[in-house]
Amino acid sequence: MSYLALADGTVWRGESVGAEGHALGEAVFTTGMSGYQEAVTDPSFEDQLICFTAPMIGNYGVAEARSESARTHARAVLMREARGPDWTDWLREHGIVALTGIDTRSLVLHLRDAGSVPAVAVASDLPVEEAIERAARQPSMLGRALVDDVSTDEPYVYAEAGRVRIGVVDYGVKNSVLRRLAKAGAAVTVHPHDTPADELAGYDGVLLSPGPGDPEPLAGETETVRQLLGRTHVLGICLGHQLIARATGHDTYKLQFGHRGANHPVHERLTGRVLVTSQNHGFAVAASEAAEVSHVSLYDGTVEGFDLPDLRARSLQFHPEAGPGPHDAWPLLEAWVEEVAHA
Amino acid sequence: MPRRTDIESICIVGSGPIVIGQAAEFDYAGCQALKVLREDGFRTIVVNSNPATIMTDPGFADRTYLEPLDVESVAEVLRLERPDALLPTMGGQTALNLARELATAGVLDELGIELIGARLDAIERAEDRLKFKEAVESCGLKVPNSTIVTSLDELDGLMVPAVVRPAFTLGGHGGGFAYTQEELYRQVERGLAESPIGQVLVEESVRGWDEFELEVVRDRIDNVVIVCSIENLDPMGVHTGDSVTVAPQMTLPDEAYQELRDAAAAVIRAVGVDTGGSNIQFARSRETGDVRVIEMNPRVSRSSALASKATGYPIAKIAARLAVGYTLDEIPNDLTGTTPASFEPTLDYVVVKFPRFAFEKFPGADRTLGTQMKSVGETMGIGRTLAEAFLKAYRSRELDAGAATPWQALEEVPEDVHPFFRRELDQIRDALAGIADVESLTADGWVRLKRVGLSDADIAAAAGTTETAVRRRRRECGARPSYRRVDSCAGEVEATSNYYYSTWGEVDEAAPTGDRPRVVILGSGPNRIGQGIEFDYCCVHAVTTYRELGYEAVMVNCNPETVSTDYDTSDRLYFEPLDAESVLAICEREKPDGVVIQFGGQTPLKLARAIEDAGYRILGTPFDAVDLAEDRERFAGLLRAHGLRSPEWGIAGSPDEAVEIAERIGYPVLVRPSYVLGGRAMRVCYTPDEVREMPPFERILVDRFVEHAVEVDVDALCDGVDTYVAAVMQHVEEAGVHSGDSACVLPAPSLSFAQAQEIARVVRILGRALGAVGLLNVQLAVTGDGEVYVIEANPRASRTVPFVSKATGVELVKAACRLAVGATISELGLPPERPPRQWSVKAAVLPFARFPGSDPVLGPEMRSTGEVMASAADLSTALDKAERAAGRRLPRTGSVFISIREPDHQQAVPIAATLVGLGFDLYATEGTAATLAAAGIEVEPVRKLSEAQDGEPTVVDLIRRGRCDLVINTPEGRNARSDGYAIREAALARRVPCITTLSGAAAAVHAIATARAEQAMSLQERIDAELGLAQQA
Repeated sequence: MSYLALADGTVWRGESVGAEGHALGEAVFTTGMSGYQEAVTDPSFEDQLICFTAPMIGNYGVAEARSESARTHARAVLMREARGPDWTDWLREHGIVALTGIDTRSLVLHLRDAGSVPAVAVASDLPVEEAIERAARQPSMLGRALVDDVSTDEPYVYAEAGRVRIGVVDYGVKNSVLRRLAKAGAAVTVHPHDTPADELAGYDGVLLSPGPGDPEPLAGETETVRQLLGRTHVLGICLGHQLIARATGHDTYKLQFGHRGANHPVHERLTGRVLVTSQNHGFAVAASEAAEVSHVSLYDGTVEGFDLPDLRARSLQFHPEAGPGPHDAWPLLEAWVEEVAHA
Repeated sequence: MPRRTDIESICIVGSGPIVIGQAAEFDYAGCQALKVLREDGFRTIVVNSNPATIMTDPGFADRTYLEPLDVESVAEVLRLERPDALLPTMGGQTALNLARELATAGVLDELGIELIGARLDAIERAEDRLKFKEAVESCGLKVPNSTIVTSLDELDGLMVPAVVRPAFTLGGHGGGFAYTQEELYRQVERGLAESPIGQVLVEESVRGWDEFELEVVRDRIDNVVIVCSIENLDPMGVHTGDSVTVAPQMTLPDEAYQELRDAAAAVIRAVGVDTGGSNIQFARSRETGDVRVIEMNPRVSRSSALASKATGYPIAKIAARLAVGYTLDEIPNDLTGTTPASFEPTLDYVVVKFPRFAFEKFPGADRTLGTQMKSVGETMGIGRTLAEAFLKAYRSRELDAGAATPWQALEEVPEDVHPFFRRELDQIRDALAGIADVESLTADGWVRLKRVGLSDADIAAAAGTTETAVRRRRRECGARPSYRRVDSCAGEVEATSNYYYSTWGEVDEAAPTGDRPRVVILGSGPNRIGQGIEFDYCCVHAVTTYRELGYEAVMVNCNPETVSTDYDTSDRLYFEPLDAESVLAICEREKPDGVVIQFGGQTPLKLARAIEDAGYRILGTPFDAVDLAEDRERFAGLLRAHGLRSPEWGIAGSPDEAVEIAERIGYPVLVRPSYVLGGRAMRVCYTPDEVREMPPFERILVDRFVEHAVEVDVDALCDGVDTYVAAVMQHVEEAGVHSGDSACVLPAPSLSFAQAQEIARVVRILGRALGAVGLLNVQLAVTGDGEVYVIEANPRASRTVPFVSKATGVELVKAACRLAVGATISELGLPPERPPRQWSVKAAVLPFARFPGSDPVLGPEMRSTGEVMASAADLSTALDKAERAAGRRLPRTGSVFISIREPDHQQAVPIAATLVGLGFDLYATEGTAATLAAAGIEVEPVRKLSEAQDGEPTVVDLIRRGRCDLVINTPEGRNARSDGYAIREAALARRVPCITTLSGAAAAVHAIATARAEQAMSLQERIDAELGLAQQA
């Protein structure tokens, strides 16, 4: 029997179309209607079980170029209707537990009310009681530092030449971030998450990447950001944004069930305009009236961006690089490269 | 920033009569716009010639004008009402074209009226092919290579295959494909004639590419939201209105979809629509990924109505708010209440739209689908899989048995369909093939079959058993549908949406609660000829009335165009097929105190027995009374018992038997299969041979055809005992023309007081004898010697209910609903029965131009798609205006061609004499000309096609050369290749009004002679006058 068991004891029946075995992780849902392969390979989904709200997943197969990193990060996928064989073969090859036939809408409503919870996706003969117990024994995502699991061990050059030199701190970077930077004309070098500030300060600009887990336990990284701010141009995205927030005295907290999707409206204070953004975060910066808040979620008021001109720093909670999702915020990334170039 | 304060009053122009390409979706749009504009305190003025719309209800706007949608009339309304702004984006191409004409004619400037929703330059950039091309190319995108052609001399060097698209026509009218130079010539010739600006585009064919549409809205501070993506199953080449479409798009990976999204945003910016919505169509090569922008509608559209229903995001409502200054971050999402309109909808279900065709009505017409839209309606299905949604929409079409249509069987998958869709549809067939017997199916097995979308009936057919047996077995296994909400956000935000669809193997969501009594109202399904928007009008009124009476009103329907499927209309909306399985499941969930079947046309009637058998109460007229009226033998018995007359008739089991009956009762006879809708396959036969030519039906009805009779239509209200005769209408065309195609006049001009009294007496007897509770429609024929014959009685809402309600001011549906829950006629406080003082005319609009090859002649089979209404102080003025509103402006000067079938020659004499007296030149074919000349009328004979020598000009040439302003031609026989056919077709192509009945001609000529110019008057004023007079009476 294949099923999903949540730590709260609820069980959701499905059929296995992926790897055998079971996968522990935090059950979350994403509302994006396309981009399933991108999601599964996005390091920010590390140790998570992704429920897709879109009912049919796998329609257009898979393509290597769509992967957002060198490996998969989600532990399991939960679908109402998986479509194969390309997608389901790919899931199996990558060792991902995949369940189809799940009542995903009910699961989403449950997660919305109960919050994202530890869970286990089972495609083996693991008994239900044991599965629930194992799910419950898992640590919550709250307080978990995961960047060490997904960051590069050694620095590497992504793009040699460019009009500006950008250092990217890899907390779980996506290919789309690097691609957009290179496309905007930057020479890009990627550094491990624990690279000291002194090493980074030499770049024309530093991009603090997205990544998984809770920003709070990332004390070393936060300290590095604090030391770095003001010494060069800095742009934080997603987890990078949260680290800038913490480094400048703002609080972060765990959202009930996160923002994951491709349709989140964000209000840009300077222009008064709305950006339709790609989002993927389980933690957020608490709503704030502070002057440096540049972007606000029109959905729950959480801080979606900072502009800290004195520190030459900006940050965005959403994903301007998209991949998957709308390109509305591409110009923000390009504008930042431009800003660094003309500094 | 909130709404603009510099404007106070806004005029909305509707889309006029229902035609192919412009249907109920614009009533839905207009209603939504009016709702929000009134909420915001604007004074609203509506102009629309279509009485069957909700938007033209007197309570929907401050001032409503049922006037022709031409510059002359709309300008007059604008002069009278002096609105600050004109919102032209809710009324389809008709309203947009009118706005353009009003602006270019200087009317808007003269009156200081601002165009809101879309500025003139944006409209022109979207509509003018050349400007559109420039706009698209300015943002680095491509349109198909193309050349603009304004004359036939410019065709040299153009490549085929090519697509020909006339500028400024609706539904791609007049366009088509050309594979050879010769076809190209013909298509361009036609296109030039159709285009109001005489311009066509000949473009690179992208036939076979995948087709996508994006629904985009943009506000004045340049926020852009993509509401929905739609993918066509039929690739490029088939008009999107005729395509099966899916939302959201299914086959594009994210990067490819985002490319389209970017392109859509770029195009709406480049074109400059900055306070409203647009529909943008793309072609994309499956192999290379090349994209072409095909077209853009800078207004709400059929697709935006579909997208609104598919997502729960009310585009017209939002567009109206944007037009008056709001921005997308300020407008709340109705369904969630907490998120703004800038939260793009995300779907956790699949939606499929199916077109509904009516080719059976147009024998001889080409059934190939192309760039010109031919479908008359549509259905939508929602499910959690493509197959489930597909099959819901597929069966919601309610095809007539044996009607030839695209997608008649599941096997008829278009050749170029994307492999993804082919696989999904294969699944359906595999599932069907895997059904052996239903006894061995387990609960899981049932869920598996149901998740593919198969109905109980499908499973029964595959297993060789009955639908009820399947249902019983399935329910024993515990397999029941669950209902899910459409909430626009895939469950991410808590929503109290009242909009549901069913699926299988899931948890039921938000079961109904509350202690108000509850009614389930069944809608009318897809628009089709014979069952159109009038029934949706009635359903919406029923919903409103029951809500006012303290009931919870639950709506079931599957037509995405309509007002009834706006979640705003009812307490709960189930977007489901109108079949027994779906309706019974909804009743089981809702446990209604009553089910309302009177207002949805034939569709709900077909379910009445199953509903009663399941133990639910039908409100109003009991089903047995419906059956009593529809079953010929029972009805004849009833008439006999009450001493009422009806034409003699008989039922035959074979053509020979039919001839026997015809011989017995005397020719001419009306022959048709029994139990049909809209007079399908009905024919007047004068000879035994004609009777034998009828296709062999199982039961053939043969009626004595009462010739030269006045045909009368009565709408009445009954409480089971008493009857209130609300309106006695007279058909302009004689008996033999379907009542739905005939022009209809209220009050009836030809009836004497005594005849009117006699008709009322007959209707009262029928009302009581049938035991009707609610609406009753009776059709009667009054012969020259004053005999009254009952033709038929229908104890339910008729097609004329909206017309009568607007002409008399009596809200018939409201009254019928109250009667159905126990009120008596005397308790309703109705005005006294009396003919209205003003004259109102309802005229039909026919789609012949869409079906070349089919004879454009009126007959017993209904073929009109829609209707217009006009009122005036005298009949001629009303009729003249109605004809103008129907797009058949009667000429005041010029030439008239007359060709009358031989037996009627003498009757044509007074008509011809009047025309000559009015200064018209007459042409006639030789037979007719001889009769007229003999009567001393000056007439120029012309050759028939069949008589013409080489090079001699024929009547057809005359018409083609534009030498003729009116054609009067009554059909000679059934020969499709007859002269009459060629004449009528030429008139159609040349857009010359063509009258095919003598009575119609007499009325038209009288109208030409005596119509006056009369100032437009609002419906509110007319009704006040009617009811005020009634009070005094």
